[in-house]
Amino acid sequence: MGSVRINDVEVDVDPKSNIIQAAQQAGVEIPYYCWHHDLSVVASCRMCLVEVGEKKPDGTVSMFPKLVPACQTPAKPGTVVITDSDKVKKSREQTLEYLLLNHPLDCSICDQAGECYLQDYTYKFGRAHSRLNEPKVQRLDKYHIGDQIALFTDRCVMCTRCVRFTREISGTSELHVVNRGSVEEIDVFPGHECNNKLAGNVVDLCPVGALCSKDFLYKKRVWWLKSANSVCTGCSTGCSIEVDQNEDKIFRLRPRENPQAQGSFMCDEGRFGWKYVNSEDRLLAPRKGKLGTATPSPATEEKPKSDLDFSDPWPNILNDVNQAIAEAARHDAHKFVAIFSPFMTCEEAYLLASHLKSINSHIRLVLGPVPVVGADDCYPKGPKGESPAPDKVKFTIRAEKCPNRLGVSAILKHFQGEVIEWSTVQSELAAKHLQSALFVGGYPQPVLSNADVQNLSELRLLIVQDILRSKLTDNANFVLASASFAEREGTVVNHAGLAQRCHAAVRPPAEARADGRILMELAGRRGLFHADSLLQEIGAVIPAFAALKEATMGELGVKALS
Amino acid sequence: MSEAFEPILLRRVGKPNNTSIDTYMADGGYNGLKKALAMQPDEVTQTVIKSNLRGRGGAGFHTGSKWMFLPKGYTGPIYLCINGDESEPGTFNNRVIIEEDPHQVLEGIVIAGYATRATTAYFYLRYEYGRCYRTLQKAIDEMYAKNFLGKNILGSGYSLDIHLHRGACAYICGEETGLIESLEGKRAWPRIKPPFPAIEGAFRRPTIVNNVETLACVTNILDRGPEWFQTIGVPKDPNNPRDAGSYGSKLYCISGHVNKPGLVELPLGITARQLIDQHAGGVWKDRKAKAVVPGGISMGFLSADELDTPLDFNGPGRAGCLGLGTAAVIVIDDHTSMVDVLYNTCRFFAHESCGQCTPCREGTAWSAKILHRIRQGEGTMEDLQKLDDISKTIGTIPGTTICGLADGAAWPIKNALQKFRPEFEEFIRSGRKSEMREVVLAH
Ligand SMILES: Cc1cc2nc3c(=O)[nH]c(=O)nc-3n(C[C@H](O)[C@H](O)[C@H](O)COP(=O)(O)O)c2cc1C
Ligand code: SF4
Ligand code: SF4
Ligand code: SF4
Ligand code: FES
Repeated sequence: MGSVRINDVEVDVDPKSNIIQAAQQAGVEIPYYCWHHDLSVVASCRMCLVEVGEKKPDGTVSMFPKLVPACQTPAKPGTVVITDSDKVKKSREQTLEYLLLNHPLDCSICDQAGECYLQDYTYKFGRAHSRLNEPKVQRLDKYHIGDQIALFTDRCVMCTRCVRFTREISGTSELHVVNRGSVEEIDVFPGHECNNKLAGNVVDLCPVGALCSKDFLYKKRVWWLKSANSVCTGCSTGCSIEVDQNEDKIFRLRPRENPQAQGSFMCDEGRFGWKYVNSEDRLLAPRKGKLGTATPSPATEEKPKSDLDFSDPWPNILNDVNQAIAEAARHDAHKFVAIFSPFMTCEEAYLLASHLKSINSHIRLVLGPVPVVGADDCYPKGPKGESPAPDKVKFTIRAEKCPNRLGVSAILKHFQGEVIEWSTVQSELAAKHLQSALFVGGYPQPVLSNADVQNLSELRLLIVQDILRSKLTDNANFVLASASFAEREGTVVNHAGLAQRCHAAVRPPAEARADGRILMELAGRRGLFHADSLLQEIGAVIPAFAALKEATMGELGVKALS
Repeated sequence: MSEAFEPILLRRVGKPNNTSIDTYMADGGYNGLKKALAMQPDEVTQTVIKSNLRGRGGAGFHTGSKWMFLPKGYTGPIYLCINGDESEPGTFNNRVIIEEDPHQVLEGIVIAGYATRATTAYFYLRYEYGRCYRTLQKAIDEMYAKNFLGKNILGSGYSLDIHLHRGACAYICGEETGLIESLEGKRAWPRIKPPFPAIEGAFRRPTIVNNVETLACVTNILDRGPEWFQTIGVPKDPNNPRDAGSYGSKLYCISGHVNKPGLVELPLGITARQLIDQHAGGVWKDRKAKAVVPGGISMGFLSADELDTPLDFNGPGRAGCLGLGTAAVIVIDDHTSMVDVLYNTCRFFAHESCGQCTPCREGTAWSAKILHRIRQGEGTMEDLQKLDDISKTIGTIPGTTICGLADGAAWPIKNALQKFRPEFEEFIRSGRKSEMREVVLAH
């Protein structure tokens, strides 16, 4: 740590940080475009110029005559930075005028409007009028630049963040600069569009509305969006994300910077993989009784309630579920399994496990199927698409496609002494050794084989808590319509033992309910579901979660399991 | 200055068989190298330091000091890049010495390589210089055959290979870090400094970049000694301890509106007027000079009143120009409109800006557009204010750009507005259109 003076504020900063970061620490904003802490420094946009000097041993300060890029200048102890002088202000004004010379200023139809650094900086640091009297350079838009991304070429400020991302993070090098001077543009080679699995990040990196997500394009003005901090459930990396919604509709997911989790980025599988939340197949209400027919029609599944029927279907059904469980356990608890999904949060798994064990300690708790696809996919890729050396990995899309295997396993282990794998139950099912099952799903894609579904359907009692309608739910004696990741609150533990908090962004559809709330009622606990209180309880009860007892998880999470 | 100056660098120009190694050696060639190889590398560097040789590529940096920036005791590879990208408008001296006396340059390369302990030399040659390429390739082959290159040169234990690399056809490839990027196979986007090339250059290794003419001077310094070199040119200013003097002879390229354009070699310090009148046959068509570019277009303009400025490393700067640059003198006669001259200049820089830094990319293009409009008879006085703003806000001198191209783009505008402002004002007020043939706007 060393002391640096920014205007009149003295701050202690890590000498490895640059002046932009030091200023941020001092609460002073230095505008910038090309710099990004995860990319190499090019110092080319020249938005961040400041006056810099040095404190001499005798206490006097000598300032350098030239303006200096804050992004490129380390905040060495004794550095003196001035960001509010006329010289700096003039330079910012001039740089913004240059940037806007050929800018189309089509904010009214630009997706970025409202979260655009060109707008914001011009408003804060720019001049009100352009002095350009000549025609602007016009460039063709490139919708073809990627399957998920479009380039509005005119709006580009040539910060080259996108180019550096594909070179340094994804390693796929699709994007590059063509032409020279004021007519240069971002482009791809024909047949080599920007379709790598991390491509969506260039949209977030683009400080202006040049690179846009086709999925989000023209769907919503950003100022109508509200965000909730959450965690991607696409794989066990557990990227910190923000879920942007409006009126209970999700519009996009964006990575939320978290050095402990994934860094600054997320993969496209996760970014665009939330569409099942709005699927037509969502279960909208709890149900008692099998649907019976092999091909059930929607009409038989839900009797639409009349507009005036405000009765709550849940209390009766949950009551019946509890009775059915007790009954089955009395009959033969050894033949009752409860299958826990690795999509459950720790709180949910805890509620269900403790409840079932209190009914009958012989009920077996099982870890449900853990979806694994291929192998871990590491970036940056080499020139031939090869994986990087282990110490060079900057991003990993994991083969394990669920968020909380570790968390759920730790809870099961506590209540059960061991983690019973799904394969054990599978063979018991096939051998017709079982009589009853409670299956918690929440998988975005089906994970059970036809044989599994068939075997489960033949049980005397099948209770299914899930989000999407399937043959399994059709054949269940009870269906508890639950919530997707975006609709519930709780804690998940990623591949590295990092516990992170998801917040509900939207409400579950119709009569479906967040799993935590269902389980609170099922367990007959008083009060509302409250993740923090439950976590303290879990931390007190289960030593593996002791680190969570203080519940100081914040938005970046804490290392809970190792 | 004496007209009878005996050329050194150009002494073999026009001689029969002057590109062959045998002719060169018969004329005393490779003596400098032999002397160098008999010394320790550091002694060679000391010799060059003592000569006070300053780089001929444009910046006039003290050559020996640059070599000293290399990390001491570095054991990995060190590279030497020879800057033969020569694309400053008006400049053609590298071309002539390469075509007429390739071994003089190549000898300097081996000497510099030995002094800097370079393991490989990359000769970055302007692509358009096809004849230079063929001449150099042949000369390099001759050197390998005689063991002036390759392993264990002349039994000294020192080994060096030269790779001849044809450039990527852009002005910016001549900027030393643009050159390095281009050499590595990338876009010639100049790098931010620090680190300077001597610390981290080509392929992330310590690298020295020197101009072709600089290296030709090294050959002669080693052959004749640093004391001899200091007998030529302008000595240090005794009142300025930081002045390194302007020693040696310089190749002056003269072009534009003169009777006898060409290349002459003279001691540093000759005035622009002497150069035009005594060595270029005077201004053509019995006209007068209106403006003179002192050292390539990026250096700005001398006015008719400033023609007695000595063209050494200090003179042009004192007259408000950017510097001596490449000492390529372009004469503009009094029938020529400075509006047209400046337009053409700005057009060049708009075309050549690499586009990395916002101020340079947009400022150069905007200045060309403004001047284009002024030439159409649609200028306003406000335009001069805009041009003035551009000239003051682009470049490494205000600190707003990565490389010096932007300074070179700013200076002609600055000088034109300082020294020829009435002409611009009169042109704008008159509402005339330029009579010069229309050149298509670069952008
Ligand atoms: C835009 C720009 C273009 C340049 N072009 C050349 C060139 O063509 N040849 C050259 O020798 N130096 C050129 N230079 C100067 C080089 O950056 C560098 O200073 C020079 O090669 C160093 O050699 P010297 O020390 O021997 O002069 C250029 C500089 C700039 C800023
Ligand atoms: S497209 Fe966006 S990220 Fe890429 S260079 Fe342009 S402004 Fe920067
Ligand atoms: S890497 Fe995994 S957690 Fe991160 S966004 Fe992709 S699927 Fe989601
Ligand atoms: S000053 Fe101009 S030429 Fe030099 S790096 Fe910047 S944009 Fe490129
Ligand atoms: S952020 Fe510093 S120059 Fe772009």
